[in-house]
Amino acid sequence: MRSVIIILLTSALAFTSFNGMAQCKNFAKKICRLELKPYTHDGNYNAAILSEGEDAELFKTFYAGQEYRIAVCGSESLCNVEFQIMDVERTVLYTNKTNGYKPTWDFKVEATQQLIILVKVCERSDTSQEVESGCVAIMFGLKTD
Amino acid sequence: MAALLAGFMFSCASDSPKEKRVKVDIEELSTVDMAEQGVQTARQIFYSLPSPLETALILKRSGATYNSEVLNPVENLPRYTTTKAMALNLGIYSTDLSYASLYDQTQASIKYMTASKKLAEGLGILNAIDNTVIERLEENVNNRDVIMDIISETFLNTNSILEENDRIAIGAIILVGGWIEGLYIATALVDNAKSADFELVERIIDQKMSLSNIIKLLEQHDDNSDAQAVLSDVKELGMVYDKIQISVSQVEVINDSSHVATLRGKNVVSVDPKVFQELKDKTNEIRDKYIM
Repeated sequence: MRSVIIILLTSALAFTSFNGMAQCKNFAKKICRLELKPYTHDGNYNAAILSEGEDAELFKTFYAGQEYRIAVCGSESLCNVEFQIMDVERTVLYTNKTNGYKPTWDFKVEATQQLIILVKVCERSDTSQEVESGCVAIMFGLKTD
Repeated sequence: MAALLAGFMFSCASDSPKEKRVKVDIEELSTVDMAEQGVQTARQIFYSLPSPLETALILKRSGATYNSEVLNPVENLPRYTTTKAMALNLGIYSTDLSYASLYDQTQASIKYMTASKKLAEGLGILNAIDNTVIERLEENVNNRDVIMDIISETFLNTNSILEENDRIAIGAIILVGGWIEGLYIATALVDNAKSADFELVERIIDQKMSLSNIIKLLEQHDDNSDAQAVLSDVKELGMVYDKIQISVSQVEVINDSSHVATLRGKNVVSVDPKVFQELKDKTNEIRDKYIM
């Protein structure tokens, strides 16, 4: 009987995890991708389930002459999502914190650069509330004309 | 119970190969504010490679011409029967598809989309490219923006389905296949390092920066023999790139009246013509091995 309960619980949790990833995929496709318009999404999928207070980093090379839009989107359950663009020395070149947590930023690079995108999910000041988790997607748009 | 479920959900995710690979100890990172906060959690790290669409755009912006002869013929499709070969060539055909589409080669685009669909199906990614995709391409032959959007959507579907099914090593191999194809096309279109197509030469050299991300991405998949075999090839290419010097200046952000910021900087590159030829030869060798 005990092993049946364990199997059922494990199956339910595996399904929940899979369902969370599926929701993340839908969030990236149906919500965040739209933020890239009128740029063309590059087709890459970078999304993860993060909890409040957690952060993630993405390393990417940006090419000379190409114009980009970055979109960093957090699902509704999360509070503000901050993103910083840093060079390889970790000097902050841009943060959306000083721009009302705007989810997008448009830029071009004069010389090809390796940049780091640091994404932070804020922590609520009210610690009595349960820590929320949600999907955070980092997507890139390309100017094609 | 909800908290228990949430906790388990995170634990399950953390035990998945992806999470195991992408988490690093925060103490290894030198972010001052993190150190100040004394955070002891793990941070997720992603390495993003240029997608086939971005690779094709880089080629076009660098002044590359269209040459159908450098593409991998779709007639080679029956050769790809293993997971590794299908994944690499899905990437290769995706870059060929993007390259052909950017130069308005509609028939070639449809041909490469059809070949990509077959490889995706072979990899078990059944819904990434459905039958309507080919029809939509045919209906929009004169609308490049729509075609680019359709291609982007199919890449996103492929990547996200693989991630959802915990098969991200295959997704990484697809991207590397696409990247190798882009490098092959670029080097095939340039005769030598002193060629008039210097912008294209610069973009070829710039790939040294993406190469470090590729190596780190593949190293995350140490339990996947196909990814490790590809890593070995990429490291051979890396040994040639090690002979090329790139000096990167400090970056300055310029916000002028336009809504697009400019990251001002200057790279100084130095490449011996013999090393450039070596790079061409090594790229050719790896790509030949992949297309069989």
